[in-house]
Amino acid sequence: MHLPASAKSHQPRTEQIILFRISGQTFAISSSSVQEVRSVDNIAGMARDLPESHLRKVRHSIRRGDRTLYIVNAAVHFGLQPQPASLVFFLRRTRTALLIDGIDKMTTMTRLQALSLAFQGEERSWYRGLTALDQAVVPVINPEGFLSLEELTLLETAQFSADARTLTSENHGAHVQ
Amino acid sequence: MTSSPETLLQSFVLLRLGERRFALPASQVAELVAPSRIFRFPHKSSALEGVILRRGRMIAVCDIAEQLTGKKLDTRRFNLLATRKYGQQLDWIAIPVSGECELITVDMMPASANDSPHVDGWLSHGGEVIEVLRLSALTPGPADTLLPEPLHNFAEARS
Repeated sequence: MHLPASAKSHQPRTEQIILFRISGQTFAISSSSVQEVRSVDNIAGMARDLPESHLRKVRHSIRRGDRTLYIVNAAVHFGLQPQPASLVFFLRRTRTALLIDGIDKMTTMTRLQALSLAFQGEERSWYRGLTALDQAVVPVINPEGFLSLEELTLLETAQFSADARTLTSENHGAHVQ
Repeated sequence: MTSSPETLLQSFVLLRLGERRFALPASQVAELVAPSRIFRFPHKSSALEGVILRRGRMIAVCDIAEQLTGKKLDTRRFNLLATRKYGQQLDWIAIPVSGECELITVDMMPASANDSPHVDGWLSHGGEVIEVLRLSALTPGPADTLLPEPLHNFAEARS
């Protein structure tokens, strides 16, 4: 059966989202932005310290294939009271691995409203907008909003220092042996 | 009665913030609604408390009482839903008020260079001289040149 053109054009666009928690606050992210979800325990052995990171929200990095991803504490990023994270979202097309408390559910949003122009702070890059679900308002995360270009540059410098230090200590260990 | 050349006959909504009354052009006021749940989420716009949900629209809440009277409202009886225009974009904002509002039609005396930036003009009504507020000076918003790009993907930048 063919729907009339007008009926087709009025079908609402939908997007599958993941609702998740950070320090008791609910956020949404497009499921297409999440490449992989892992438990924190699962990646603990692979994470590398970044002692010279100047960003409080990033203390570790992780190697994935030929790329280095930075593990962002989402609670610190949003200025919330940090709680022990249990999951990591590896965000697609970014260099962010995001520490979160837990996933609530997957659902579908039919409408994304742009953030009011009254919001003029960093939140304009943090969120794609707001959506209403079950009579509640949920901010929809912009996956590219966790690390700015300047922050990535700082982190790359810190990573370089950490790598150099590791190399030096390995060489020193080899000489001692 | 004729107006003097310096005044403009317009409709205004009188709103109460604590002990004082202020005015907004009626053309900027959409609705007066009972206070409803404020949804809060992390942001860095300190003047804003969060958003309310009204008929499917998410509207930022901004208490302007402290700027105008020196203290926050003790009681909030209504939210005045007003609009601000930035270029072609209409942006809604909810302003908590502490009493009933009144619609009046009077002459407005335009503000002078000596008035505060938030004063758009002056009204004389019921023995009071009342400030007409310029919302863009009291509530956060973009500089005219910094308007964000519209959301291209999926979003409905409804205003």
